[in-house]
Formats: sequence, structure tokens, C-alpha cells
Amino acid sequence: MLNKIYDWVDERLDITPMWRDIADHEVPEHVNPAHHFSAFVYCFGGLTFFVTVIQILSGMFLTMYYVPDIKNAWESVYYLQNEVAFGVIVRGMHHWGASLVIVMMFLHTLRVFFQGAYKKPRELNWVVGVLIFFVMLGLGFTGYLLPWDMKALFATKVGIEIAASTPLIGHELKVLLAGHPDIVGAQTLTRFFAIHVFFLPAALLGLMGAHFIMIRKQGISGPL
Amino acid sequence: MSKQPVSRRQFLNYTLTGVGGFMAAGMLMPMVRFAVDPVLKGEAAGDFHPTQQKVADLTDVPVRVDFSYEQTDAWYTSEVTNTAWVYKNDKDEIVALSPVCKHLGCTVSWEGSGHTDKFFCPCHNGLYEKNGKNIPGTPPLKPLDVYPTTEKDGLLQLGKPKANNIV
Repeated sequence: MLNKIYDWVDERLDITPMWRDIADHEVPEHVNPAHHFSAFVYCFGGLTFFVTVIQILSGMFLTMYYVPDIKNAWESVYYLQNEVAFGVIVRGMHHWGASLVIVMMFLHTLRVFFQGAYKKPRELNWVVGVLIFFVMLGLGFTGYLLPWDMKALFATKVGIEIAASTPLIGHELKVLLAGHPDIVGAQTLTRFFAIHVFFLPAALLGLMGAHFIMIRKQGISGPL
Repeated sequence: MSKQPVSRRQFLNYTLTGVGGFMAAGMLMPMVRFAVDPVLKGEAAGDFHPTQQKVADLTDVPVRVDFSYEQTDAWYTSEVTNTAWVYKNDKDEIVALSPVCKHLGCTVSWEGSGHTDKFFCPCHNGLYEKNGKNIPGTPPLKPLDVYPTTEKDGLLQLGKPKANNIV
């Protein structure tokens, strides 16, 4: 049945070369843990992507209950965690996954750094990777405020003060982030929500696309 | 120069780039202005908020004064409580210091954790003199903000904190 559907579509759109191009490529021996167990260090980039996919999915589902409003944010998080079936699991995935993404990304960065895999001709991919790192940190920072509990509020106050210590544009940057010169409140929460859910994920998808296209184009760096 | 300084192709390229640029700007301008509005709105003038602190009761020892007022945060109005550390200096002027640490915005307290005659911030061990001056060698780089003060019916009123220039 599935074969027939595939053939029907393939006959019309010739999709075989497309998915071959994406999925069907050789993995060199030196990056295959089945040949050399130590090659597991090459898995961290893929694991980062895997956890990122979990983050996107669990985040999409969390917005079914979450409200970015200072009166209801905490209540909605409390409700989805305690009253909704598997709420603890879905929120837990997003909560722990956020830390895991950073850990995996850091290990991936270490591997690339210590193997010198960032050297010519892959410098540009390193630059894009560092941008991904910053976007991920931004996602972590903006997501931290959303439950709107005391820890979130005061962590964000400190974070915004750190942004405010930027030379020259510090104050403007602070107001742009917080939405108000003095208050970390209603406008801060909606801003952080928008940045967390729309702006940074869009940037992340674009950067990750560039990251993957470049590694496919250039191939993985050779053995040490 | 040839008879046709601008070729047909160039002309069309310029025209399309120009029109496309206008269209892109027409889309982006409202959105960018929308996003940066808080930065351009400027700061609201600070009103004085009444407190329960009797001015006559103030001494040269800083006391903690909590005061509540109605705060408008965009579409949300609420009662918020702020804190000031208030004392009279040797010229008999009222000094009201903001407790917001100038390092990263934690809350300082007078003689906190046993630091005599100092304001202390527990987050990164920031210290300030009694007049709010940050002590070199501790994280804060600026003195504590000061509240403008007035008196009404014997009670202290506090305005919006300003950068400290008494130090």
C-alpha cells in the first residue's frame, strides 16, 4: 500500500533523487562508532539537533495551555503541569531539554575545537555554529522568564541589568528587551514570549539550515 | 559615453530594485517602529509617592521605608511596594537611597550580614558607604541611586530614583 502511494507520487514528481540527495550519503569510517568506538564524539552535533527537535515539538504543545500574560502566566503553567495529563512530562521535556541542548552543543563545540575541524575551508561553518550558540543562549534566557515565578522574575532582572551594562547602547538595549524603562512586567513577558517562540526559532532554523547545507557541501573533516 | 548611457536591462534592474526597496521598506518600517516604541517613548516624569515614615522620627541611622503606590505597566495597573533606606546626614538633610544594587540589580540592606556601617548586597558581596558610595574592590561600579524627597503633613514622600550626585 505504502509502496503504491510512493510509486504514484514518484511517477508524477520524481521524488527519489530528492530524498536520496538528503538522506543517502556515505558516512566515513572514522566517524562511525561501529568501527571506532571513540568516534562517538561525532554524535554530539546530531544529538544537539535531536534535542532541538524535541524542544520545538514540546514547546509547540506547551503553547496550547500557556498564556503570556502576567496575571495568568503562572496559573497557566501551574495548570498545565498539575491538571493536564502528561503535563509534567511535556513541561519536563522542555525544561530539561533546554539544559541538555546547551550541554550537547557545548560538547559538539569542544569536539570541533579540539579536532581543529573549524580550519579552512570550514571557517564559515564555525561562525554559523557560534551564531547558533548565541541564539540557543537567547532561547534559554527568554524561556526562563515565561513561567513568571519569583526565580524567573529576578533572574530576568539580573539578565536585563547585564544587557544594560553594554557600553553606549546599554540603556536602549535594556528598554528594548524589557519594553519599559523601569518595570520588568507585562510588556517584558509578551516581548520575551514573542522572541522565544517566533523570532529566535526562525533565526535558529535558518542558521541550522545553513550549518547543515555547509557540512553536506564540504563533507566532514578528515581523521586526525 | 554611448548613445544609451543606461541600457534597457540596467534601467529595468534599477527600477525593480527601487520599487522592491520601497515595498520592503513599506513593510519593514511599521514593524520596526512598532518594536522599538518603548525605547522612543521616553521616561515618564516621576511623581512623589507618600510613605508612612514621619520625618521627625528620622535619625542618622538608615531605616528601611517601604511604600506602596499604584503603578501603570502598559495595560496593567497594580499596587507595587518599593523600598528606600532613609536617614538624616550631618547637614540635617534627608537622604533616601534606592536598595537596587548598581552591580546587577539585587537588593542591598543596611548592615546586612554584619557589615557594620555599610550597605551590603548578598549576591556578589557588593558594599556601599552610608551615603551610597560604592566601595572600590567590590563589584558595584556606581553609587546607589537616590530618591528625591519632600515632606507633606510631617510624612516623607519619595519620587523616582535618580543617579547619585551627593557622593
